[in-house]
Amino acid sequence: MQAYWKRSQRKLAPWLFLAPGLAMFALYVIIPIFQSMAISFYDWDGLGEKIWIGTANYVELIDDDAFYTSLKNNVIWLVLYLLAVPAGLMIAIFLNQTVWGIRAYKSLFFFPFVISQVVVGLMFSWFYAPNFGLFYKLIETVTGDGVAILADERFVTYGIIVAGLWPQIAYVMILYLTGLNNVAPDQVEAARLDGAKGWRMLWYVILPQLRPATFIAVVVTVIGALRSFDLVSIMTNGGPYGSSRVLSFYMYEQALSEYGYRMGYGAAIAVVLFAIMMVFISGFIWKMWRDETER
Amino acid sequence: MVHFKTGALALTAALLMSGSAIAQQRTLVFNTDTSDPAPKAAFDQLIADFEAENPDVDVVVNMFDHEGYKTAIRNFLTADSPDLANWYAGNRMAPFVNAGQFQDVTDVWEANGLGEALGSAKASMTIDGKQWGVPYTYYQWGIYYNKDVYKAAGVTEPKTWDEFIANCAVFKAAGIDCLTTGSSALWPVAGIFDYLDMRTNGYEFHMDLTAGKIAWTDDRVKAVFAEWAKLVEPGYVTENHAAIDWQDAAALLVQGKAANYVMGNFAVATFKEGGMTNDNLGFMVFPEITPGLPRAEEAPTDTIHIPAGAKNVADAKLFLAFVARADVQTKMNGILGQLPTNKNATVDETDPFLSAGFAELSSAYALAQFFDRDAPAEMAKAGMEGFQEFMVHPDRLDAILERLEKVRAQAY
Repeated sequence: MQAYWKRSQRKLAPWLFLAPGLAMFALYVIIPIFQSMAISFYDWDGLGEKIWIGTANYVELIDDDAFYTSLKNNVIWLVLYLLAVPAGLMIAIFLNQTVWGIRAYKSLFFFPFVISQVVVGLMFSWFYAPNFGLFYKLIETVTGDGVAILADERFVTYGIIVAGLWPQIAYVMILYLTGLNNVAPDQVEAARLDGAKGWRMLWYVILPQLRPATFIAVVVTVIGALRSFDLVSIMTNGGPYGSSRVLSFYMYEQALSEYGYRMGYGAAIAVVLFAIMMVFISGFIWKMWRDETER
Repeated sequence: MVHFKTGALALTAALLMSGSAIAQQRTLVFNTDTSDPAPKAAFDQLIADFEAENPDVDVVVNMFDHEGYKTAIRNFLTADSPDLANWYAGNRMAPFVNAGQFQDVTDVWEANGLGEALGSAKASMTIDGKQWGVPYTYYQWGIYYNKDVYKAAGVTEPKTWDEFIANCAVFKAAGIDCLTTGSSALWPVAGIFDYLDMRTNGYEFHMDLTAGKIAWTDDRVKAVFAEWAKLVEPGYVTENHAAIDWQDAAALLVQGKAANYVMGNFAVATFKEGGMTNDNLGFMVFPEITPGLPRAEEAPTDTIHIPAGAKNVADAKLFLAFVARADVQTKMNGILGQLPTNKNATVDETDPFLSAGFAELSSAYALAQFFDRDAPAEMAKAGMEGFQEFMVHPDRLDAILERLEKVRAQAY
């Protein structure tokens, strides 16, 4: 025993250190994934008997308008949420200077990320509120007729995404600010001597050095867009008539809300959402793997 | 989830305490959602009176947040059952009854003659010919209106639906919303649908529709929406109703920007907080549409049940018999500001809305619970979304009804 320990100590130690984390990860992440998959083949209200119905939940999903509305909204979220990356970069570059009081400005820009999503949602719903909201009043003054963003199926998803972008931009900004700290000053100096400035400096000298920050920013933004739930729940509850639903909200609605308790159907939606996320997550992991091994 | 956690914490705390209580005192654990001020006061009084009458019983109350309770009940019924729990009548209790989570309390009804005294609510407490709980309060729905606005526009309270629509044209010309509602939480529009359906097609049709026996694409359903379109198409309804809550719409009525509001009696408190009084807040029964139909009304009923896992069933039944009594219901509903379900109980005659409601309900042909309590959850949700969409885009009616028909095929 002693001899075995001595011999393979270096091989075993990392696994021993990993064990608690792996156990938790398995218990709270891996096992529930398979449980969800299993539940998605049942008709179950959470109380009574589970009835095996095979793929019926998925068949229903294919023919469900609300599912396609949610899917479409998720795609809109994904595309527009990525605007946070260039926007965050711009603000970071703008704030990356040494003038008096810059720390105060930085913290002000970072502020929306610190407050809870629930508060962000409430603030924006008042901002959009018909009759007294600031935005509503503004539109009313300009066009003569106010638009209730959150009651109009054409605008509601965009209205929520704007609310979501506000803290997300701040988050990306912080990622880039730390990245900018690590930009090598000698390279910037050398580029300057060679006559680079403005866009060319940004594109060929700064951005390549920011690649790790960009990667993280894209990852957190994509995942943030796919799991967007709190803002939808706070601002519209999926309304008007379900037109601002996203997959995660639809899943919650079917499985756990007041009118839900279709655990199987909710689980089926969760599995689809998981599959979509897996596409991105495997892409990210593959890239990280490649970067690690290339080194 | 947060609510559930606090609830569970309270529950554990309560159980720990009950363990150390004096041996000869029997405990009765009661989980309630009566966290709002008036219901809380009413239940405090109810429990104090019960304990005074039964000094050997100690009632332990676990108070849950009103919304959080709807999730929590599913957990505590299966995991750690109390002896008594609040819930609602009609189809809302069906999942628990069918899953065997509520006890049959038909014997309490028979031993205390409740079939007679609680006659108006008996049907909504009955599944498979048995009673599954005891109702203690309900409230009427109808049209609340601003008398000052009526006076300023020079119109009188309508007697028929046609008169109501004619009034709307007058209000519209004066720049006032004839009917206001706030549909962001969906349920207020279900009240409008229920009334239009019960007035157009009658109670039996409405019950068959919510029970899934009638197709949503049926011409009689379309007739209901045709009546509704008379309000929606000319723009008689508050424009951005989908963005506002029911309280925001109540403010419009108080400010005189809207004339009528189809609502439940609980809204009276909100109107009065906004500054209205018995003098300028009016109430009327929803007007007749199809002449000669027996008049049915909405009266959502709140109930108390004994969970299947209750430990102290004998005292729980004692409590149900107590809460069904006329004098107890009179006192309790006096505090709640609602109507007692026991027909021998009395209401405060100085409150015009309560006495109007009592008259309305006791003379009604039949009582409906409310769309989301009569129809199963999945149908209720899809239906209310459909109603909201119709009130924004009346031209999409056919697509909406097709969709509801698809849900009907799925949900029953």
